[in-house]
Amino acid sequence: MQVNESWKPTIVAFCCNWCSYAGADLSGTNRLNYPANVKIIRIPCSCRLNPMFILRAFQRGADGVILCGCHPGDCHYTTGNYYARRRMTLLFSMLDFLGIEKERTRVEWVSAAEGAKFAATMNDFVATITKLGENRRLEDLRCKE
Amino acid sequence: MQGVKEKALALLQSGTVDRVLGWKAGEFFYDLTPAVFTTAEEIENDFVWSAFSAANLSKYLIQESRKGGKVGVFLKPCDSYSFVQLLKEHRILRDHVYVVGVQCDGMCDIDKIRAAGCKGVTAVTEDGDRLRVTTLTGEKTVNKQDVLLGRCTVCKSKKIVEFDELLGEQGEELTSARFDEVAKLEAMTPEERYAFWRGELSRCIRCNACRNVCPACSCEKCVFDNHDLGTDNKAAADSFEEDFFHIIRAFHVAARCTDCGECSRVCPQHIPLHLLNRKFIKDINELYGVYQAGADMDTKPPLMNFTKDDCEPSVVYERGGAKA
Repeated sequence: MQVNESWKPTIVAFCCNWCSYAGADLSGTNRLNYPANVKIIRIPCSCRLNPMFILRAFQRGADGVILCGCHPGDCHYTTGNYYARRRMTLLFSMLDFLGIEKERTRVEWVSAAEGAKFAATMNDFVATITKLGENRRLEDLRCKE
Repeated sequence: MQGVKEKALALLQSGTVDRVLGWKAGEFFYDLTPAVFTTAEEIENDFVWSAFSAANLSKYLIQESRKGGKVGVFLKPCDSYSFVQLLKEHRILRDHVYVVGVQCDGMCDIDKIRAAGCKGVTAVTEDGDRLRVTTLTGEKTVNKQDVLLGRCTVCKSKKIVEFDELLGEQGEELTSARFDEVAKLEAMTPEERYAFWRGELSRCIRCNACRNVCPACSCEKCVFDNHDLGTDNKAAADSFEEDFFHIIRAFHVAARCTDCGECSRVCPQHIPLHLLNRKFIKDINELYGVYQAGADMDTKPPLMNFTKDDCEPSVVYERGGAKA
């Protein structure tokens, strides 16, 4: 596969307001580096993530989508992330069934105290997507520049 | 099954029901469409029960049960699952429906009859497990088993889960090979699967027949009726929207789909849409315990439920194919 040196992946990270968004904040205040091509979207809870959001992100040019939420058992709303976990498992399995690279989607549980984990997760995810290359199988050409 | 039309007539004449939901011929004798019958004459003239009465009538009860009076309906085993699922979701007013369960030994696919060498078919009559096909050039017989609808070849159950009255014998749940096709796709490489689904989904003409016929797709407001979404316009669509439409539709009916197979039956492009739904059912069975939508009123649907030790989404990476 031809590797475009200047190409950088676009990553959309959906972060729950109570844990992961604060975790991202902490990684910032700790001056930990994670790539700037991770675009964070704050959601009230990981179970707010409608599967359509993930597909929409891919349509509008994302190369990878990651969902970060509170660790199971620590949800601010008690049970939201348990539901999110089942939904995402099924959705990712379906994307894989359609032949869309399963590495492009991921779920990580990041608490508000895990700034280091947030940065490490993002570094790892960006590296994975960079290796994988551009999102071709779920792209919408009309949304490309 | 004999006596379905007679039963429809008897129900109406005895005053048990005010109208009957059944099937009548469309443009051709084999494209039976759902129809409401209000008079005995209509039933005498138009009511049809044949090897083509495949349409699942349960969805129409959402509207029909709200029109006042009592509506009689004929439900085959697979339709009765959809009926119970809709009852469970409080979509059908049970008191306004009189359900006649009809045992079924499979519905036929006109395309398969044609493929079996019968051109210019003018009539089909059942004769035990054989079909007598009258064509323009003469008469032929085919094995009914050979021309069944795809969904009927892997019938999951002959059990009629909800009824007021039964025509024929109550059946049992069957062990069917309905997940074999899904397993075959799962065994492919992601590249092969992608090629397969592009080949299938790129034929989609966005007619919405799959959505309109699906008992689970009965929301009063559908996300796909939003013109800003872009999925309703085939002319302007590209591959993303084909995938988008079908992934989202399958996801919206996940854990509610009873696997009645109507989506694939009505698809004018013959896209095997039931495979998407079956994939979800197979995953749910494997990951969260065996669940059959519409089998009863009490079991909590898997997507409205959880356990603390559910598998993580990363389980998907670990199953088959390359690891991230």
